[in-house]
Amino acid sequence: MCLAIPGKVVEIDKNKEHGIVDYGDGTKRKVNISLVEVKVGDYVLVHAGFAIEVLDEKEAQETLDLFREMLSADEEG
Amino acid sequence: MFSLKDKKLAEEIISKIKKLDVKLKFMHVCGTHQDTLVKHGLDTLLKECGIEIGQGPGCPVCVTTPKEIEEMLLLARKGKIVATFGDMINVPGETQSLQSMKTEGYDVRTVYGIEDAVNLAEKHKDKDIVFMAVGFETTAPTTASVLLKNPPSNFSILCCHRTIPSALKAILDMGEIKIDGLIEPGHVSTIIGTEPYEFISKDYHVPQVVAGFEPLDLLMAVWMLVQQIEHGKAYVQNEYARAVNKEGNVKAQKVIDEVFESGDKKWRGFPVIPQSSLELRSKFGVYDARRKYESDLKEISNKEFKEPEGCRCGELLRGLLLPQECPLFGTQCKPESPVGPCMVSIEGSCSIEYRYTKKR
Repeated sequence: MCLAIPGKVVEIDKNKEHGIVDYGDGTKRKVNISLVEVKVGDYVLVHAGFAIEVLDEKEAQETLDLFREMLSADEEG
Repeated sequence: MFSLKDKKLAEEIISKIKKLDVKLKFMHVCGTHQDTLVKHGLDTLLKECGIEIGQGPGCPVCVTTPKEIEEMLLLARKGKIVATFGDMINVPGETQSLQSMKTEGYDVRTVYGIEDAVNLAEKHKDKDIVFMAVGFETTAPTTASVLLKNPPSNFSILCCHRTIPSALKAILDMGEIKIDGLIEPGHVSTIIGTEPYEFISKDYHVPQVVAGFEPLDLLMAVWMLVQQIEHGKAYVQNEYARAVNKEGNVKAQKVIDEVFESGDKKWRGFPVIPQSSLELRSKFGVYDARRKYESDLKEISNKEFKEPEGCRCGELLRGLLLPQECPLFGTQCKPESPVGPCMVSIEGSCSIEYRYTKKR
C-alpha cells in the first residue's frame, strides 16, 4: 500500500496534470503529477498512480559516500 | 537509475554491529521495510547481532478494522459498485470477503488508484461508485487531490485514512513492549517530512531513523540507531535523504489539510487512537459514503465486529508477536485461506514471512 516505485518522467501533458513515467523495465504508465514540481527527465516515486516526490539525484549519488564516511568517523571517534 | 548496492559496505556494517555486543529491540511500521528485511535475510542476520526488528501497525490493509470491512461489504450488498486496492478484496469479514461477494455476482472492482475509481464513476453514470480509501499519509494526498477536482456526484469514498505518528505514540503510551529505536517509513515521510516524529524522541527518548528500502538503507538505519543509543542520544535522523527532506512534500500536505481534518479512530488490534485518522471536512460531505448512504449502513452502525476467532493480528500489529509465533500461521492461516489481514496483504508480516520462509 505504501509501496512507491521509482521511474523517469518521459512526457508531460499539456495541462501539466499527468505525465508518462518509464519504470525502466519496458513499462510506461500514465501518472498524476499534480503533487510535485517535475520536468521531463526527473526521477519520481510513484504511489497509487500519483508521483509523490522527486528523487534527488545528487543526494542519491552522495548516499554511499556518506555511509562510508559515517562508518569511518565512528572508527576515528 | 541509482541503486544502493555495496556488499562490502553491508558486511562492514554487520561486523561493526556484531562487535558492539548489544541486545536491542527495534520497530518499523512499513510492509516494504519488512519485505526487504525478510527477503534478504537481514532479520535473521541482525538477530545474530542481538537486534530484533519487528513490524508494528505499518500495513494500512491490516489496521483497517473489521467494522470498516463490513461497511464496504454492506455497500456492495446494497447494489453499489465498490472499488478498492487489490489486497483489501481478500480480507475476510465476519462471514465473507469482497472477493467472495464478487464471486456471487456483486460488483466489486480492484483498482490501482483512486483515479481509476473516478473513471468508473464517469463510465457508469447510472450507478453509485464507492471507493474504499485506505492508506496512510502516502495515500491520503491522492484521495484529497481527486476530491478537489470535483469528481462526479455518483462517486464517494469510504474514508479509512490513518496517520502514523499518532499510532507510534499509542504504542509507546500502552507500554506493552520495550522499543529501543524506531525505523520510520520512507514513503510516509516523503509526504510528512521528519518533523512530525520529533516529539517521540523528545518525550519518550526513543531514537528514530527515517529509512529507504534497499537492504543497505535498512542496515545503515540500524547502525544509526545503534550509534544514537551508544552515545545516549535520541533524535530523528534521515537516512533516506534522496527522497525525504525535513519539511516533506508541502504541496501534498496542503491538499491533505484542505480536504481532511484530524479525528480519533480505532485501529485493528488497538483501542481508539486519538488524532490518528483523516476525516473528510464537512464541505466534502457529498463525497462521504458514510453520510451519503447512512440509511444503507444503519443496520450495522451500532454493531461491533470482533476479530476472527483465534486470529492474533492485533497482537502482531502491536509488536507483541512474530508471525511464526501465531498458532494459526501456515496451518489454518495461509495466503490462499487467510484468517486475518496480516496474511492477506502483501505488506502484512505474516504474508511476507510465509512468502519467503517457504522458499528458504
